[in-house]
Amino acid sequence: MTGQSTATASAVAAEPTTQHQDQASGRSGSSIELHGVTKQFAADSIALRGINLKISGGEFFTLLGPSGCGKTTLLRIIAGLENASDGEVEIGGASVTDVPAHKRNVNTVFQSYALFNHLDVRENIGFGLKMRGMDKAEISKRVTETAEFIKIGNLLGRRVDQLSGGQRQRVALARALVNEPDVLLLDEPLSALDAGLRSELQLELSRIQRRLGMTFIFVTHDQQEAMVMSDRVAVLNDGRIQQVGPPQQLYEHPENLFVARFMGHQNLYEVRQQDESGLDTCFGRLVGEFERGTHVLIRPETMTVVREDDVNAGPNVFAAVVRERVYRGHVAEYTLDLGNDTEIVATCNNVGEPMFDVGTRVAVKVQTSGVVTFHA
Amino acid sequence: MPRTQDARTQGAFATRASESPKRREPSHFGHLMAVISPGVIWIVVFLVLPSAYLMTIAFMTNGTYGLPRMPLTLEAFKELAGFGFLGWSPGNLYTLIRSIWQTVLSTSLVIVMAYPIAYYITRAPARMRPLMLLAVVVPSWTNQVIRAIGWMNILSPGSPVSDLAASMGLIPAQMGLFPSKFAVVVGLVYNFMPFMVLPLYAVFEKLDYAQIDAARDLRAGPIRTFIHAVLPQTLPGLLAGTVLVSIPAFGMYVIPELLGGGKSMMLGNLVARQFAAASNWPLGAAGALIMIIATLLGLLVLRRMGKKLGGDSQVVL
Repeated sequence: MTGQSTATASAVAAEPTTQHQDQASGRSGSSIELHGVTKQFAADSIALRGINLKISGGEFFTLLGPSGCGKTTLLRIIAGLENASDGEVEIGGASVTDVPAHKRNVNTVFQSYALFNHLDVRENIGFGLKMRGMDKAEISKRVTETAEFIKIGNLLGRRVDQLSGGQRQRVALARALVNEPDVLLLDEPLSALDAGLRSELQLELSRIQRRLGMTFIFVTHDQQEAMVMSDRVAVLNDGRIQQVGPPQQLYEHPENLFVARFMGHQNLYEVRQQDESGLDTCFGRLVGEFERGTHVLIRPETMTVVREDDVNAGPNVFAAVVRERVYRGHVAEYTLDLGNDTEIVATCNNVGEPMFDVGTRVAVKVQTSGVVTFHA
Repeated sequence: MPRTQDARTQGAFATRASESPKRREPSHFGHLMAVISPGVIWIVVFLVLPSAYLMTIAFMTNGTYGLPRMPLTLEAFKELAGFGFLGWSPGNLYTLIRSIWQTVLSTSLVIVMAYPIAYYITRAPARMRPLMLLAVVVPSWTNQVIRAIGWMNILSPGSPVSDLAASMGLIPAQMGLFPSKFAVVVGLVYNFMPFMVLPLYAVFEKLDYAQIDAARDLRAGPIRTFIHAVLPQTLPGLLAGTVLVSIPAFGMYVIPELLGGGKSMMLGNLVARQFAAASNWPLGAAGALIMIIATLLGLLVLRRMGKKLGGDSQVVL
């Protein structure tokens, strides 16, 4: 097992000889395959239930899910910090299931940063290279290069306790990247940072990933973050993968109720009855050709809200009363009462038209392109 | 290093000043003195003056009835180094070396035994932990003398433990493990175990396990993970424990007196003997002075080690 993985590691390393001089040149990171990965901590606590996943080399892949869904455990299994109870892990085509963490060419950016307090920034970043037995001059050169690349060249002499949260995060990132791993694992690395810094680092992380062409596996519970950064996202819940796909697909075509809710959708209704010409919901009939499903989702940004008397009654137009209005600057978000204790949320682009006040009687027009059906 | 420390100190002052600018105004000086003077008086009366007195005696001449008298000489130190009426004898020097050796040995044994104990207590279920800590501490609620006598019984000739050791060929038959240097070390280790377990428990409880993961992730095998991720984090507790164990162990009187027999005397016993039976105060004072100096040197070594091994572990010393 070990022999196999080292063989691939050296093959990858040998590929572009000048990779370090020009980090932007990009190399393809390693692919990852998980076959039936299961993790059971105790008889009654199963963290992962048979995960199958293929992640291509150079992909920015995100594991998204609520806390306790098993996403961090899965990341730790890929890192080798945790052993799977069952199943196989392959990195770059070679099985690493029985390879311990310190022999896998995979590095992690931890949620709590996990920097070594007794070492300064330079020593922290160089730790992995030192453990590999690289000579001091080479370590120093690479550490400096990586630090410049991550924009922390000026922090190299600092002690860890003199750094801000954002700076620590950068050091943790540099400490992992300097090893040029086949795969970089990121365990909610931005969750402790404030909003502004967070979106700044989100963009920067995706930029770094594109430049290096490294495979990134990113763990988060924040669907916005997942959508902004990822090539593909796997939504996890209760130790199972609910859906895998590009962010757009997850948002526009969720495959089940959990994914729909987790992607932030609120307009979810049960399908009471369905035929070729449409389907019935608790607030009325939606006319159109929809796929069969037990539930229906209406995307708020596809709806049009007009003054009640400005529209003729017709298919997919419903009378409503404005219950709530949230002004978000670029959009206004209306919570509309459709009667029968049913509400629907519609967002309208703020393009200069007057907004509706709470209590206004309106009509909401649903476009069939914004209607998605799926099975719970 | 020095530069970063400057920065830290400045930082600390800056925050303090910005937090409460009034605290350092001179009008509060009298107030401050009122608050700290009881402590200062206590230290002067019970530490500074006696130490100065002791130091003076060490340089005085031994009088006929043991009372020190003038003139000031180095006689006591010469005698301590072994130069007596009958020429040079290494007895006192041996006692000093033995004290250092017994201290180093028993402190090392305490570290080796307390480290895993402290770790396992932190890993035990939360409701078990107070009980386990109690089990570590409870023996020290009994008088030291009584515990030493307990060990005398356990290790005396004819006891099951001694018989077992004899049957394994470790000691001659009919002999006991007590009195011996071995018994002294056993007594010291037993006596000082809680003083190592408790500070180690405190650091293990705060252990950042993510650093262990990080070390493994960065290609450190089990041994290097321990050296680079666990040891530095526990170093403050280790140093605190070492100070708490080694200093009293070095000056220990009761345990070597009861468990050691005549040949296992430590410095504390020597000093006590000079002040009491031998009635040679200057020699006793010189011994005490050497003990203080040796202790300070030991602390200095520990401090150096702490600084070298981990940046912020000078806290304790």
